[in-house]
Amino acid sequence: MSAVDEPSVAGEFPDGAAAQVDVRRLRRQRRAELFAALRTSKTFLVGMLILIFWVVSALGWRWLVRSPQAVDTAATLASPSADHWFGTDNLGRDVFARVIAGAAPVLTVAPLATLLGLAGGTTLGLVTGYYRGWIDDIFSRIVDALLAFPLIILSVLVLASLGRSPRNVILVIGIIFTPLIARTVRSAVLVEREREYVAAARLRGERGPRIMVAEILPNITAPILVEATIRLGYAIFAAATLAFLGLGIQDPSPDWGLAIANGRAYLQIAWWMVLFPAAALATLVVGVNLVADGLRRAIEE
Amino acid sequence: MSVTERQQAVRIEGLTVAYRRRGQLLRVLDDVSFSIGAGEAYGLVGESGCGKTTVAMSLMRYLPDNAVVESGRVMFGDEDVLTASATTLSGWRGDRMAMVYQDPGTALNPSIKVGEQIAEVYRFHKGMNRSDALAAAVHMLETVQISAPDRVVRRYPHELSGGQQQRIMFAMALATDPDLLVLDEPTTGLDATVEAEVLDLVEQLRTQFDASILFVSHNLGIVSRMCERVGVLYAGRLIEEGPAIDLFREPRHPYTLALLRCMPRMGMRKDVDRLDPIPGSLPPIGVDIAGCVYADRCPIARDRCRAEPPPIEPIAPGHGARCFYHEEVPGIPVLTRPPDEAAAATADGVLLKVDDLVKAYGSAGNQVFAVAGVDIEVGRGEVLGLVGESGSGKTSLAKCIVGLLDPSGGAIEFDAADVTSHRRGREARRRLQMVFQNPDNALNPSHSVRTILRRSLQLLAGVRGKDRQDALMDDLARSVRLEPRHLDVRPSALSGGLKQRVAIARSFAGSPSLVLCDEPTSALDVSVQAAILNLLVDLQRREGVSYVFISHDLAVVRYVSDRIAVMYLGQIVDVGPADAVFEAPHHPYTEALLSAIPTLEPGGKARMKLHGTLPSPSDPPSGCRFHTRCPRFLGDVCVNEEPPWQSTTDGERYRCHIPPEELARLQAEAEPTAREPDPAP
Repeated sequence: MSAVDEPSVAGEFPDGAAAQVDVRRLRRQRRAELFAALRTSKTFLVGMLILIFWVVSALGWRWLVRSPQAVDTAATLASPSADHWFGTDNLGRDVFARVIAGAAPVLTVAPLATLLGLAGGTTLGLVTGYYRGWIDDIFSRIVDALLAFPLIILSVLVLASLGRSPRNVILVIGIIFTPLIARTVRSAVLVEREREYVAAARLRGERGPRIMVAEILPNITAPILVEATIRLGYAIFAAATLAFLGLGIQDPSPDWGLAIANGRAYLQIAWWMVLFPAAALATLVVGVNLVADGLRRAIEE
Repeated sequence: MSVTERQQAVRIEGLTVAYRRRGQLLRVLDDVSFSIGAGEAYGLVGESGCGKTTVAMSLMRYLPDNAVVESGRVMFGDEDVLTASATTLSGWRGDRMAMVYQDPGTALNPSIKVGEQIAEVYRFHKGMNRSDALAAAVHMLETVQISAPDRVVRRYPHELSGGQQQRIMFAMALATDPDLLVLDEPTTGLDATVEAEVLDLVEQLRTQFDASILFVSHNLGIVSRMCERVGVLYAGRLIEEGPAIDLFREPRHPYTLALLRCMPRMGMRKDVDRLDPIPGSLPPIGVDIAGCVYADRCPIARDRCRAEPPPIEPIAPGHGARCFYHEEVPGIPVLTRPPDEAAAATADGVLLKVDDLVKAYGSAGNQVFAVAGVDIEVGRGEVLGLVGESGSGKTSLAKCIVGLLDPSGGAIEFDAADVTSHRRGREARRRLQMVFQNPDNALNPSHSVRTILRRSLQLLAGVRGKDRQDALMDDLARSVRLEPRHLDVRPSALSGGLKQRVAIARSFAGSPSLVLCDEPTSALDVSVQAAILNLLVDLQRREGVSYVFISHDLAVVRYVSDRIAVMYLGQIVDVGPADAVFEAPHHPYTEALLSAIPTLEPGGKARMKLHGTLPSPSDPPSGCRFHTRCPRFLGDVCVNEEPPWQSTTDGERYRCHIPPEELARLQAEAEPTAREPDPAP
């Protein structure tokens, strides 16, 4: 499937005009192929639609719905109606407004935590995968130990000692993600480092850090991207769990995890207080996972 | 050798196949018709991407899901394989038609014992019970000449060597005595000596079984040896067909002629002959070509060739070529001029000295010696060819020299400086470079060609500043005959040959003194190989650089090398001037390697057999390392004593207990004891 003419050895080139067009077309085609694959992937499109809905909600809830903090004392624990689509909570706050606004804390904490984990994990994965040796051995043992430890207990311990704040939630999730992402990156690096372009870089005297960043990293962006979207789904879930346990975001934030925790006491009489935030959380996690799945398949193709 | 209607076992008629890719239909086969007679071996040759495998798969209807048969029939007996019902087909496959694949390692199920895999064929197709089927499997293994078959049946595929695995594949394919056997590059992944064994096996099996054979290969030598008739595929079209002898003695399509001319033949030397590459490259898959598919690369193409597709013009009974001007083909002159007289590099002084080099892998107590005590010298401006089977330690040796691996023992001296460790100065790095085997792997897919070359200029030549780099880059690109337009694309947009040019340019960026070429052409098609070899030879003469040239292709090694070293199990067993090594007396292993070459000349001489497989380097044989396989085995002395170096009168040195005079006599005796009478001249 060669796109370009082989120059003749005598040094006379065959007419290059047609080949020139071919090269440009091929380059465009390669780039377009991934997008074409994504455009035709129903999985990806549905996931993206859900994700966009929640991102718009997170950014624009101020203008889209009434204040999530507005208290309607006349209607506490009101069931869903035309006025309050999702009903009201025990303080008379509109559940619909709180569900829409609740996207904001989740979509702040989870992506930032993922980014933190991504930065740490990619660095660690590159270093351990490229250098191997004792660095790698030590790292692997630490990861093994960490994975043997229930992560939720770890985060409870850390948050209990550091204090409860969104910043600390981001920190905890990011730090827990670091070794997990590092493992994925490391295995991708292990494959790449054996390829001969890395040997060629060493032969011309490139230093380790440059080989990792300039030579290897651009060739493992695909698995990193997929890993990041998968982790984002987990991060959303983890943030909600911590909020539910009262370790993360605090009242009066409309956070979903928090809302579910609050609504638990009223489950018998006001199911809407739990159902709608839970459903919101579920759709967002499913949406992110659909995007991750579509992306993974498109890249594998 | 014409095939009458009655005798035809398989008839392919107007087969046109396309692959669906992103909604587009890309045609890979266009109106391919040929037939295979009962008991006949038909060879299908062509470069990668020409549609050979698609033909083979169509024959078995194993086409991938995105393949669309646009038209045509594959008549097997009087039924069309392409429209036969699924039950008919599954009855045929394995029973009346069978296939042997390129890579036996992946074609066998790794978790089932090989005996059971063969027995399964008997149970499914012959309805045998378990014990009968297993007994039949053992018998079949005897037929394919596996030693100790009753033990081999209990082995798993990974416990067998590549050659044995391929024998198992043949055993499975032949278990039901099929009418048609499709061999898809059955020896491509194997070493030369193993390949020769497998081909011998096929020849012998043909006397026992009367299956028709479709032999798909890129190797003209093998096909000419194995087949009665040959078809040449180019860009999905059958462009020439005829009896093997006619086709290779007097090709009538310009492409067939060019393919024959661009291969280095045994005995060609870089200072006398120049290879004749095919200009241009294969048209991309799925491109609509109005006229002849080869017109763009053809030296005798005219306007008519570009306007209308040529029909198959009959030349002799059973021989035809798709060329309007086939009568002119024998008169096509050789394209390239003979090599320049000037700048014949002469070796003065030693550039590289490797002293008792050892490279061991694994931890103490469980060590594998890939390189076990190698001494070599490379002179200034000299090309040292390095030959040996896979696992002989060639690449480990090269990587130690170039500084990608640290040797476990010994010393490497380069221009009187010690470079034993990989920690070496920029100067040593600049002067010692390497060209890798697979250009797809050796160029970073994320970088443009310009970036790749710029980094090398900066680090190796020490050129700073973009303007100066750009100026030098143009020179560098021109020296490997890359055009400026190739600089701004990524490697994936280039053909294999162009990629290898980029890789060569990169290693020459710092004007090196010694370049290690590790199989630089083995990943390329033959038509491209010629151009790359010419380039390497040109560069070597112009720059006065030395090469260590690793290749499994002896004709290629002989073509480029001044001296040749033969490696076996981590040791050099034979070294000397190229011509001396290739002529008797030489080490029995060299003799076996030479004898394994499939030649284009039909009816060659008897093949020298190597016993068994390459022993594991973790537990090398005592005494002479080659004694377990040596065809000239003497007895205890070979088992117990390490052989001494023997010197011949023509400057060659080899490691063997047999002195040169006697070896010369033995090897002279072994000359042509013809396997079969020479066919008519």
